[in-house]
Amino acid sequence: MDGTEVLIARLTDGLQPVKRLPPPGLRATLWLGLVTLLGAAFIYGFSDIATFTHRASDPRLALELIGTLLTGILAVIAAFQLSMPDRPLRWALLPVPTFVLWLASSGYSCWRQWLVHGPGGWAAGESAHCFLWIVGFGVPLAISLFVLLRKAHPLAPGPVAAMAGLGVASLAAFLLQFFHPFDVTFVDLGMHLAAVATIIVLARAAAQRGLDAGRSR
Amino acid sequence: MTASSAEEWGHLMAAAQAGDGSAYARLLREILPYVRGIARRHHSSPDRVEDVVQDVLLTIHRVRHTYDPSRPFSAWLGAIAHRRSIDAVRRKVRTSAAETFSPIAYETYADPSANKEISAHEDSAVLTEAIAALPPGQRQAVELLRLKEMSLAEASEASGQSVGALKVSLHRAIRALKRTLGGRVDE
Repeated sequence: MDGTEVLIARLTDGLQPVKRLPPPGLRATLWLGLVTLLGAAFIYGFSDIATFTHRASDPRLALELIGTLLTGILAVIAAFQLSMPDRPLRWALLPVPTFVLWLASSGYSCWRQWLVHGPGGWAAGESAHCFLWIVGFGVPLAISLFVLLRKAHPLAPGPVAAMAGLGVASLAAFLLQFFHPFDVTFVDLGMHLAAVATIIVLARAAAQRGLDAGRSR
Repeated sequence: MTASSAEEWGHLMAAAQAGDGSAYARLLREILPYVRGIARRHHSSPDRVEDVVQDVLLTIHRVRHTYDPSRPFSAWLGAIAHRRSIDAVRRKVRTSAAETFSPIAYETYADPSANKEISAHEDSAVLTEAIAALPPGQRQAVELLRLKEMSLAEASEASGQSVGALKVSLHRAIRALKRTLGGRVDE
């Protein structure tokens, strides 16, 4: 018997039933639902909702919020889809349009700041805070997401981790808006993007061992 | 692969998910030509093709819970086979980058101790005999973990031994080989 036949015999001997993984869309919805509940409780308990409502009435900020939130949701859905072996890589394009919307609306706000305040539009607002906030919320969210994603043992952990990182960082950035009662400057926006990039890099670095649990070489 | 065979394979995989070992064995044997075909597109060496095929079988086993019977089996299997073939190409490129081809290394020298290649062959024969003389459990641990370079999880899956038992078997095997070969075995 050759090596492949021996392997087949070993794999099939005493085979145990396995629990089929629920569809990725359902798993993404459950995770997003849980995060929504926790986020809503946090916002209700700690944020200044009146100030936020007043700011959100500005259509430009509303667009930015929609772009940030949808980027988070769509990137998480893309991560769950990509974790399955037979899903094409083009799922990674899902959050691109909303990410562009987020960047464009934020960039426009920065430009307005610069026009109104001149060089002051380049000043760092609460940049360091923002960075720590996004990373501080993003990392625990990423860990909880990884726990679910690793159940599929993704064949290509890199893109899955990148989507998961973009998703949690965007959701953290969306939450930040409830505690961020001022328009962003270019430096603030740069810091937001640096935080998103940091989460994505951390997620990708953790992916090789953390996501593909059955494969250690 | 025909449409009917792909559909049949989907049924067999669904049965395998429910614990039907004979359906699973039939499936794994039937997909071999298809998987070999994909592996051959990326690799010319028959040994490497067979390595990829075995890697694909192990991956299928590990991710068999991700197959959804309402979706085409061919796409699921094809994605796994392509991915593992490409992984093997990447491993080969990495290994090749770390190796240097030197024709002069094949020369032999008057000084017997300089003829490392020949002595390596002799060492290899002695080592093969020493491994063959090990008890079955220890021999399997050496074969899977050292010769086939499987991870502990993969070796455990392939052998049915627990990770702990594999570690103990490997440790005992290395000790036995050291005794036989006079300390010429690396951990």
